[in-house]
Amino acid sequence: EVLSGVVVITSKDTVQHQGISLTMEGSVNLQLSAKSVGVFEAFYNSVKPIQIINSTIEMVKPGKLPSGKTEIPFEFPLHVKGNKVLYETYHGVFVNIQYTLRCDMRRSLLAKDLTKTCEFIVHSLSQKGKLMPSPVDFTITPETLQNVKEVKVFFFILNLMLVSKNFIIPQPLTGELVVENAEAAVKSIELQLVRVETCGCAEGYARDATEIQNIQIADGDVCRGLPIPIYMVFPRLFTCPTLETTNFKVEFEVNIVVLLHDDHLITENFPLKLCRM
Amino acid sequence: HARSRNYVSESEVCKLESVPLDFGDYHPLKPITVTESKTKKMNRKGSTSSTSSSSSSSVMDPLSSVLDGTDPLSLFAAAADPVTTTAAMDSTRKKRDKDDSSAVGSDFEPWSSKRGEILARYTTTEKLSINLYMGSEKGKATTAGSAVSEKVRTRLEELDDLEEGSQKELLNLTQQDYMNRIEELNQSLKDAWSSDQKVKALKIVIQCSKLLSDTTVIQFYPSKFVLITDILDTFGKLVYERILSMCVDNRVSLPDNFSPESVNDTAKETCLNWFFKIASIRELIPRFYVEAAILKCNKFLSKTGISECLPRLTSMIRGIGDPLVAVYARAYLCRVGMEVAPQLKESLNKNFFDFLLTFKQIHGDTVQNQLVVQGVEIPLYLTLYSPAIDWILQCIAYRAPEVLLTEMMERCKKLGNNALLLNSVMSAFRAEFIAARSMDFIGMIKECDESGFPKHLLFRSLGLNLALADPPENDRLQILNEAWKVITKLKNPQDYINCAEVWVEYTCKHFTKREVNTVLADVIKHMTPDRAFEDAYPQLQSIIQKVITYIYDFSLLFSVEKFLPFLDMFQKESVRVEVCKCIMESFIKHEQESTKDPVILNALLHICKTMHDSVNALTLEDEKRMLAALINGFIKMVSFGRDFEQQLSFYVEARSMFCNLEPVLVQLIHSVNQLAMETRKVMKGNHSRKTAAFVRACVAFCFITIPSLSSIFTRLNLYLHSGQVALANQCLSQADAFFKAAVSLVPEVPKMISVDGKMRPSDAFLLEFLCNFFSTLLVVPDHPEQGVLFLVRGLLNVIQDYTWEDNSDDKVRIYTNVLHLLSAMTQEAYIYHVDKVDSNDTLYGGDSKFLAEINKLCETVIAQILDHLKTLGKEETLKRQSQLALYFFNTILAHGDLRNNKLNQLSVNLWNLAQKHGFADTKTMVKTLEYIKRRSKQPEMSHFTDLALRLPLQSRT
Repeated sequence: EVLSGVVVITSKDTVQHQGISLTMEGSVNLQLSAKSVGVFEAFYNSVKPIQIINSTIEMVKPGKLPSGKTEIPFEFPLHVKGNKVLYETYHGVFVNIQYTLRCDMRRSLLAKDLTKTCEFIVHSLSQKGKLMPSPVDFTITPETLQNVKEVKVFFFILNLMLVSKNFIIPQPLTGELVVENAEAAVKSIELQLVRVETCGCAEGYARDATEIQNIQIADGDVCRGLPIPIYMVFPRLFTCPTLETTNFKVEFEVNIVVLLHDDHLITENFPLKLCRM
Repeated sequence: HARSRNYVSESEVCKLESVPLDFGDYHPLKPITVTESKTKKMNRKGSTSSTSSSSSSSVMDPLSSVLDGTDPLSLFAAAADPVTTTAAMDSTRKKRDKDDSSAVGSDFEPWSSKRGEILARYTTTEKLSINLYMGSEKGKATTAGSAVSEKVRTRLEELDDLEEGSQKELLNLTQQDYMNRIEELNQSLKDAWSSDQKVKALKIVIQCSKLLSDTTVIQFYPSKFVLITDILDTFGKLVYERILSMCVDNRVSLPDNFSPESVNDTAKETCLNWFFKIASIRELIPRFYVEAAILKCNKFLSKTGISECLPRLTSMIRGIGDPLVAVYARAYLCRVGMEVAPQLKESLNKNFFDFLLTFKQIHGDTVQNQLVVQGVEIPLYLTLYSPAIDWILQCIAYRAPEVLLTEMMERCKKLGNNALLLNSVMSAFRAEFIAARSMDFIGMIKECDESGFPKHLLFRSLGLNLALADPPENDRLQILNEAWKVITKLKNPQDYINCAEVWVEYTCKHFTKREVNTVLADVIKHMTPDRAFEDAYPQLQSIIQKVITYIYDFSLLFSVEKFLPFLDMFQKESVRVEVCKCIMESFIKHEQESTKDPVILNALLHICKTMHDSVNALTLEDEKRMLAALINGFIKMVSFGRDFEQQLSFYVEARSMFCNLEPVLVQLIHSVNQLAMETRKVMKGNHSRKTAAFVRACVAFCFITIPSLSSIFTRLNLYLHSGQVALANQCLSQADAFFKAAVSLVPEVPKMISVDGKMRPSDAFLLEFLCNFFSTLLVVPDHPEQGVLFLVRGLLNVIQDYTWEDNSDDKVRIYTNVLHLLSAMTQEAYIYHVDKVDSNDTLYGGDSKFLAEINKLCETVIAQILDHLKTLGKEETLKRQSQLALYFFNTILAHGDLRNNKLNQLSVNLWNLAQKHGFADTKTMVKTLEYIKRRSKQPEMSHFTDLALRLPLQSRT
C-alpha cells in the first residue's frame, strides 16, 4: 500500500531552505522485563531495535517557499527492507512496534533545521489460510484440577465451551459456560484476558504476562444447568494479531476464574490465537 | 306637556317589516363552529412516554359530527391547497400503517404510568446505604483551548480515579434521603455532561447501576430500580442526542428513520468508542445496564445492530445470580427494547422463557438464606417480583396473537400454577383473553398453594379483568359465586375491601339489584367491626362510585336496601360530602324527568342536607357554589305535578334545610314565583278563592325569604321580580309592599360592589335596575290611601338623596328616563297592562288633576336636569354637557308636545347648548335634523317644519 498525504508549511515571509525531505521509519523495540532478567541487565541489555523499514525521499530541492500556506503532496510506497515482514503497529509493555514519518527542513547555518514527526498506524492485511474454527470444549471437575491444596474439595462440574481457539479481531470472544452442578454457591465468574510477550535475545528469552482486561460474566449464585454466555470485546489498543517471530512473540491467553462463596478460586487457562481478517 | 300618542298605530308604523325567514338548513349561528381538524395528530412512534390516550376516535363529538365539513373556511382552505392536504394525509396514513406494524400504539400502557405506582407501593422504613466509588473532586476546570493531549491526559487521570478512587459510603439513609441522593446524582450527571466531563458522567452512571446489584433492604428494591433506571434513561438520551448532533451535515439534521450509511465517520467512531468503553466495564451488572441504556445508539452503526444486541444482552442476564436482580434487569431490557425496536418480539419471549427457567431459584437456598437474614416473609418477597413480571408480560402480550398467549399460559401452568405468575399473567394479558377463560383461572387460583403469593391479590387481578371485559354469559353467576365465596372469607379488612372494591363493578355490570344488595350487605358486615371502614374510605368511595355508574335509575338505586346503610359508613365529614356530591352529580346527569317519588326525595334531601351542613365559615367560595349548584339541580328536578300545595310545602321544607346557601334560597324564590305563575296559567288568570289564597302564600314565602339574602342587587331584583309576579296574580297590596321594600332598599346600595371577586362601581347596575323598576311602575296602580304616584315620588326622593358619584351624570340620565315614564303616564291608554289589573289610566281616566300632578312632577324633574346642565358649564365638563343636552333634547323630541311654545323654546335652547362649544358630533346632529324634517312631512306634525328652521346646524369649522 501507499502512504500518502500533504506537508503543510505556513509562514509569514518567504522561506529560504536547503531542501525538505521525508523519512519513514519502522522498528521493533524490545525491552527486557526486570522480573525475568534482573534490573541491571534490563537496563543495559536492552535489545537493539529491529528496523523493519527505513526510507527517505527528497521532496523539495533547496530554494525558496512563498509566504503563506504551502501544501506539498506526497506518496510513499511501503517497501519492506530485505526479507523483513511488515508487522502491525503494537504498543505493549516490553514489545513496541512503531512506525513514524519524519519531515525535515534543512536550513542555512544561521537558522535551525525544522523537524516534525508523526506516527502512523499499520494494520496488517488479513492473514490467509490456517483459520480453522476449532471449538474448545472443556469440563472442569475436581479431578481435572491441579494444585488442589485444600483438603475439602467441593463437588462441582463446569462445562465450558469456547466457540473457537482462533479469533478474528475486531470480533469478540464468544462462548458458553454451564455450571452443571456445584455444591458451594458461586460468587462470581470472571474472564481474564492475558497478553504474553516474549523477547528472545542472546541471553535466552524473557516471558512476561500482563492482564489487559478482566470482565465479569456472572454475578452471584447462577442458575445451574443454564448456559451463561461468554462474551468479551477485545480492547482495541491492547490487542493485535498473535505474533511469532524469531526475536519476539506476542500471544494471548484467557483465564476463566470461578470465585466460590467461601473465596475458593478455580482457574482454567486457555491460549488463544488472534488473527485479523 | 307630553304629546298624546296612539301606541297601537305607532307600533304599526314603527314595526319592522316582517321578512319571511327561510329556516332551511341555514342558520346564522351554525357555521361558526369550527370543524374538528381531520388530520389527527398521530401518536409518535415509540411514544411509550405519551400518556394521552386517543379517546377522540372512539367517542364521537356530537358537535363535530353534525357540522363536519360545513365550515366554509376549512372547505375553502382544503380546496385552495389540495396538494399539501393530500400530502399530509398520505404521510399520516403512512405513519399510521407504520405504527400498526412496528411502533407502540397509545393502547400500550407506558412505563411512566407504572413508575409512580411502584414508587408508592414499595417503600421501607429501614435504613439504606449508598456505596459510591467516586473520584476525588479535583479542580478539573479544563482551560479553554487546551491541547488535545492535555484533554486526553485528564481523561486518563479520571479513569485512574475510577479505579482507585476514594470509597464514599453513605450509611443510615432514610428512604427520602436516599431518593434525594439519587436525584442529586441525576443532576450531577446532567451537569457533568453539559460541562463536557463525559468520563465523569459515565462514571456516575456506572456507580448508579452498581447499586442495582445490592439487594439489602430488599423491599425497597423495586423503587430503587425505578429511580436508578431514570438516571440510565437520562444517560441514554444524552448519548443518543450527542451522537445525533454530530451527524448534522450542513445544518441538516438526520431524519427520524435514518440509515447507518448516512451517518458520518466521526459520529460512528464516537459511537463505537462508547461501546468499547462500556464493553470494558469489569462488573457484569453495570456493564449490562449501561449498554442497555445506550442500545438505541446501535442505530448509528448498523441496521441490524439492535436486533443482534438484544438477544446477546438477554442471554447476558443469565449471568446474574440473584433472581430478583435478574428479573428487573429483564424488565429494563424489555422496556428499552419496546422503546427502540418494538418489532423485535423474540427477545421479549426469550426473556420470559429464561425467567421461567431460573424460576426455581426463588425457592433455592441462597435466596432463602437472604430472606431469613433480612427477616422478609415469602409472600412479601414474591410481590416484589410483580412489577417486573407484569411489565415483561405486558410487553409480550402487546398485540400478540392468541396462540402465543395460550402458549404462555401453558408454560406457566407447567410450573405448578404458580400464583405469582398467574397474577402477572392476569394483570398483563388482554382482559378479553382472561375474561373468556375466567372459570379456568378461578380453578387455577384455587389450586395454588396457600403459603406463597397472597390469594386475595389474585382475585383482585381477576376482578379487574372482568370489569374490563365480559366473561361468557353462562359462567357469569358461577364466577361471582365462586369468587365471592373466597373473598368473603378474607379476614383482614384491608385485603377484603381491596378485593370487594374490584368485584363490585363486575356485580353491578352484570347482575340485578338483588346481587348488588347482597354484596353491599356483605361489605357492611365486614367493614363495621372495629370501625374498619375508617381505614378504607377511598375503597368504599370507589364502590359507591361504581354502583352509581351502573345503577343510575335512582328509584332502583334507593330500593337497594343496603345502599343507605352503606352510606352511613362514611363517618368522616369530608369523605361523606364527597360521596354525596358524587351521588348528586350522577342524579343531575342521569335523571331526565322530574320526580316526586317520596323514597328518592327523602333520600336525596337527606344527602343534600349532609352537603349543606358541611358548609361552615371556612368553606371556600367555590365549594359553596358547587354544593349550591348541586342542590339547585335537585330542587329543579322535583315536581309534584298539579299538586301545587305539596310543591310549596316542599319548597318551605327546603328553605328551612338549606338556609345557609344563598344561591339555593334564590333558586327557591324563583321556583316559588314560577309556581305562582304556573297556578295563574292553570286558572287562566281567574283565581278562585282557594288559588288566590295559595298564590298569596307563595308571595308571602318570597317576601319573608328575600330579606335573608346578603347581596343587595339580588334582593332588589328579587323584590322587583316578585312584585311583578304578585301584580300579575292580582295581589296588589303585596306588590305594593314589594315595591316599597325595593324603594327603601335603594339608599343602601353601596358605591362599590364585588363582582367575581373584583370591586366594581355599582352605578351601572343601579341605573339598569332603576330603569327596569320605573317601567314596572307604569302599570302599578296607585294605592287608594296614599297620594298620587306615591311610589314614583318615593323613588324620586330616594334618588334625590342618594349620594351619587361626584362626577357622574347617572342621576340626570335617570331623571331623563323618568320623563319618559311620566309622559307615558299621561296617555289615555298605557302602552302595556297587566291582565286583570287596572292601571292608573283606567283608575283616573285622564283626570285633569292627575295630569296636573304629573306635569308638576315633570317641571320639578326638568328643573333638576337644567340645574345639573348649568353646573356642567365648566371647561372640562363641556363635553358631558353637550351630550346630556342632546340626550335631553331627544327625549323632548320623542315624548314632548312641541306645539307648546315653552317646550319648543326649551328644545331649541338645548339644541344650541349641545352645539355651543363644538363638542357635538356633527353626523349625529345632521341625522337628528334630517329625522325632524322627515317627521314634519307626516300629518299633524307640521310644527316640526318650523322647529327644523329654528335649529341651526353649526359646522365644525
